[in-house]
Amino acid sequence: MEKLPKWADAFLVPLVSVFIAFAISGLVILAVGEDPIAALRVMIDGALGSTYGWGYTLYYATNFMFTGLGVAVAFHAGLFNIGGEGQATLGGLGVALVCLFIPWPHWSLALCAAIVSSALFAALWAAIPAWLQAKRGSHIVITTIMFNFIAASLLNYILVNQLRPKGSMDPASARFPQATNLPGLDQVLGLFGIPFSSKTPANISLIIAMICCILVWFLIWHTRLGFAIRAFGKSEKAAVYAGINPVRITLYAMIISGALAGLMAVNTVQGEANRLLLNSVEGAGFIGIAVSLMGRGHPFGVFLAALLFGFLYQGGAELALWTKIPRELITVIQALVILFTGALDQMVRRPIEITFALFKKKEH
Amino acid sequence: MNSSDILGRQETAAPSLPLAIELRGISKAFGTVQANKDISIQVKAGTIHGIIGENGAGKSTLMSILYGFYKADEGQILIKGIPTIIPDSQSAIRAGIGMVFQHFKLVQNFSVLENVILGAEDGALLGPSFTRARNVLADLSAEYDLDVDPDAVVENLSVGHQQRVEILKALYRQAEILILDEPTGVLTPAEANHLFRILRGLKAQGKTIILITHKLREIMDITDHVSVMRQGQIVSSLETSETSPQDLAERMVGRKVLLQISKSAPNYGDEVLRVEGLTLHDEQGVERLSDVAFSIRAGEILGIAGVAGNGQSHLLEVLAGIRNAQGRAFLKSEVLNLTGKSANAQSRRAMGIAHIPEDRQDMGLIMDFMAWENMGLGYHNDPLYQHNRWFMNNDALLDETAAKMDRFDVRPPIPTLAAKNFSGGNQQKIVVAREIERVPDVLLIGQPTRGVDIGAIEFIHQQIIALRDAGKAILLVSVELDEIMSLSDRIGVMFDGHLMGVKDATQTNVNEIGLMMAGIAPPQEGII
Amino acid sequence: MDFASYIQILDSTIRLSTPLLLACLAGLFSERAGIFDIGLEGKMLAAAFASAALSYATGNVWVGLLGGIFAALLMSTIHGLASITFRGNQLISGVAINFLASGLTVLLGQNWFQLGGRTPPLGAGARFTEITLPFADDVANIPILGPIYADLISGHSILVYVSFALVPASAWLLYRTRFGLRLRAVGENPAAVDTAGVSVKGMRFAAVCICGVLTGLAGAYLSTALSSGFGREMTAGKGFIALAALIFAKWRPWYALGACLLFGLLEALAIRFQNIDLGLIVLPVQFMQALPYVITVVILAGFIGRAIPPRAGGTPYVKEL
Repeated sequence: MEKLPKWADAFLVPLVSVFIAFAISGLVILAVGEDPIAALRVMIDGALGSTYGWGYTLYYATNFMFTGLGVAVAFHAGLFNIGGEGQATLGGLGVALVCLFIPWPHWSLALCAAIVSSALFAALWAAIPAWLQAKRGSHIVITTIMFNFIAASLLNYILVNQLRPKGSMDPASARFPQATNLPGLDQVLGLFGIPFSSKTPANISLIIAMICCILVWFLIWHTRLGFAIRAFGKSEKAAVYAGINPVRITLYAMIISGALAGLMAVNTVQGEANRLLLNSVEGAGFIGIAVSLMGRGHPFGVFLAALLFGFLYQGGAELALWTKIPRELITVIQALVILFTGALDQMVRRPIEITFALFKKKEH
Repeated sequence: MNSSDILGRQETAAPSLPLAIELRGISKAFGTVQANKDISIQVKAGTIHGIIGENGAGKSTLMSILYGFYKADEGQILIKGIPTIIPDSQSAIRAGIGMVFQHFKLVQNFSVLENVILGAEDGALLGPSFTRARNVLADLSAEYDLDVDPDAVVENLSVGHQQRVEILKALYRQAEILILDEPTGVLTPAEANHLFRILRGLKAQGKTIILITHKLREIMDITDHVSVMRQGQIVSSLETSETSPQDLAERMVGRKVLLQISKSAPNYGDEVLRVEGLTLHDEQGVERLSDVAFSIRAGEILGIAGVAGNGQSHLLEVLAGIRNAQGRAFLKSEVLNLTGKSANAQSRRAMGIAHIPEDRQDMGLIMDFMAWENMGLGYHNDPLYQHNRWFMNNDALLDETAAKMDRFDVRPPIPTLAAKNFSGGNQQKIVVAREIERVPDVLLIGQPTRGVDIGAIEFIHQQIIALRDAGKAILLVSVELDEIMSLSDRIGVMFDGHLMGVKDATQTNVNEIGLMMAGIAPPQEGII
Repeated sequence: MDFASYIQILDSTIRLSTPLLLACLAGLFSERAGIFDIGLEGKMLAAAFASAALSYATGNVWVGLLGGIFAALLMSTIHGLASITFRGNQLISGVAINFLASGLTVLLGQNWFQLGGRTPPLGAGARFTEITLPFADDVANIPILGPIYADLISGHSILVYVSFALVPASAWLLYRTRFGLRLRAVGENPAAVDTAGVSVKGMRFAAVCICGVLTGLAGAYLSTALSSGFGREMTAGKGFIALAALIFAKWRPWYALGACLLFGLLEALAIRFQNIDLGLIVLPVQFMQALPYVITVVILAGFIGRAIPPRAGGTPYVKEL
């Protein structure tokens, strides 16, 4: 009946896919004349060898959890949201506006406001393509890509013409007031007596990202909205038959998806840079696609995949520092992960299915 | 490959032998399912040979093997006495086999001419192909009563004409053996008669025809020989003149069958559903329903007959809240809104209207959802399945699904199995269980037994009649005239969006309904 | 603005339309055969890098061109494997290809040239130079028509003329040949093609390969004709704009020409005028940069005409009765 046991479908297939992606990346490293094993060692040392390295790894992973969850929620509704990049850009604007223009007495209040504001801005940016798809039939994939470009231009305009402090040549906002700075992960872990480097950008946003993983899990599998989102994603006709409004679900799913992507700005803009920069998203929106595919759209999978990509990202930075391998290696790995866990899923899956079928026959 | 190859082969073909096709010991398995088992058939040249069997008996698999879609695990195919291997469609065409599929394989926005030459072009440029095809089509049209405008775009043609294009495609490729798979399912009785005239003409010219159908009447009407399939095997091969519909039905099913369903006399209550002036224009602006009016009483089954695509599907969807329409509808004394916010499936269900849709694989079920999730489809907002205002109670739904699967004998009775892993009959039972178990005031049913085995058909029919006897109103849409005739208390016929009339089931017959299906209004009572 | 300025703007319109047109026609063949391709961007980028790198290494732009086509074909093969052979999601495959190209070009470029992902500037033999059409200099002084011929029509690289010639060629191939008939059919109803005895996979792979060749030309044009060398992310969304032009063009070659010229004009205007003063408001440069994307969104939303995509587009073919 079922071709694969559930555990194989959930863990084995993605693991094999990722392994293939890594193996090919190893070949790429070989091809540029470097030693893949040595490279891996540099990456592990740099990303996991110290609490400093862990701090960066977790900082990046926080971003990818948010964007990965965003892509996953949209995927459950059958929507391919490639606009995480633009949505996170707008989320950054949301964070900057509340941090710059409202005098906050305490970081916790600023954090709450930044969460609401970033989610709101990003959700709005996602809602427009959603509305266009639901009402006008324009393809959400292309529209969200266009909105990434438009968001970049928009932010450029706002930074250069509006938010840039007088006399500054840098297309960036002024620094946020001290009171908005978020506690670092070292402070959080310090409460439990765990020593952690204080020089890393990892901050309390990690906790928020993990809470989001749990919330999304509840949303997708334990709420009516989640049921409707999944039904709509699997079959629009069946959803309409069940009385689910396609326009509403498209909007809800994309608003949630966008809001999650936007939340990463709390981590980057408020948690790390303390000001709004031109490119604070740095491709994290796109990595969300790989994270979501690898995590099979499941929040726990997204959590694990985000950690892996956090490791890759920090390890990649270390590689660029110590070897001649540029950071773009990560983009290649990301592409290969998307390719093998997403588009070439059948290629990976079929041999595994055949193997399982052989074992089953022997049992009988 | 160009058509000169075909011509060349035809000229050097072996002299005609009495057998056009012979199958010897064909077997084919999909995983653990034995779709065809040791099938041997002999089809004599110049005859019409029927193959009859239930859904899932293996007819389609057998034909797919003949047309090179699947490779047989074992067995041999002989064409005109010559052992032939058919690895792909191209080889089938070269061997002189033409296929008219149940679902036409036509490019909708191509012209007839383009469709005919596709894959059988005369060269790299289309010009010469068009010229030749135009001439050949003119000849074929005259010879076989196969009149089609070669420049018409296929999507603008009626279903009957599209089928003729399929036949022309086969003949253009010099097919000697024509296989038709359930060819009358989409035709009016008149169109079906025209088709049979064409087939007799082809037979007179020496062509061999294989007719696959589950309709006993067609076998009796037109075939010379008939092979009966059951559970992947040929159980009988006989001369049509030596058998009867009752005999064939029993061979098909393997036991005594009642062609008539037993049901008690109706016991009507008050009017439950009333529809007036129902009119619907689809997205393209085509009128799909025009001024439809009827009513159903409690304890009554109103059957809607008609050839597929004459508005029945739209009627169901409007009443189920899936589509908006103009007109008025009432449930008991309440108004059913046909447009606006409350015109959706949720509010219809809340009012007590349940719906078993025509297309269970696309609409009634979500194939990737597990059985229990499907059991909640449409009812996921039901307070029964909620813990509180935020969270659903999945366990409640799971328990209920297990109970329903048990009562409806769904096999295997595993609520966590995905819908796609159940057989057609068991899938339909899940849908029927979901919709009937809530004892709705009105049940809308579309094609309740399409693609369902006989055992499940009987079970589903019993459930429908039980609901009627419990005093509920039922609207039954089916393209199976037999089903309509045997279940309904009153019968309406739809043609081109119009309800041609509603007849008392005891006062009408197949001929009258058939005329109405072709758009010929019945004589008004009292006038003649 | 004087006449010469108009000529200049139209001249750069033609230059800037060319890569769009090539990519748009590439997408047209692919999508007409039922394979969606949002990986046009990545293929162009890969081709731009490969042709610049090879041109630089060999000093011969034609070798570079072949290298570009080869790189794009390689990407096409991946897309074909994923979406035809393994029936994967065509959109996801396209996204993967875009990232693959984006990462690999910089990775290899940095490794080979150590210029931060750029290739060194290309010398005379390693780029496509401008061709002066016959008599261009002689007629240049004739009013109106002279400059139109000498400055607008003459003086482009060979790839520009090739791309414009490809429009009628594509139309002819699609509508007048057996290949075109089968290609269009396979994008509308692959089952019809399959049952007619023609290989669906073969047709689709052929289409995907044509797409590879054309994106190869587009990429080579970018790095060896429009500019002299490769720069990271130099496609800058052109692949997506070509995709939008394709939808705007309703998947037809001649309409594609019009759509690409329109987008080329927008880009030309954005480059020529930084801030456009409309009297009441000044349109900032960022607005002009975003304009092509905004217009794409507007077009996709169907506010300007509505198109029916090839019916079998985006869905892998599975044999069934």
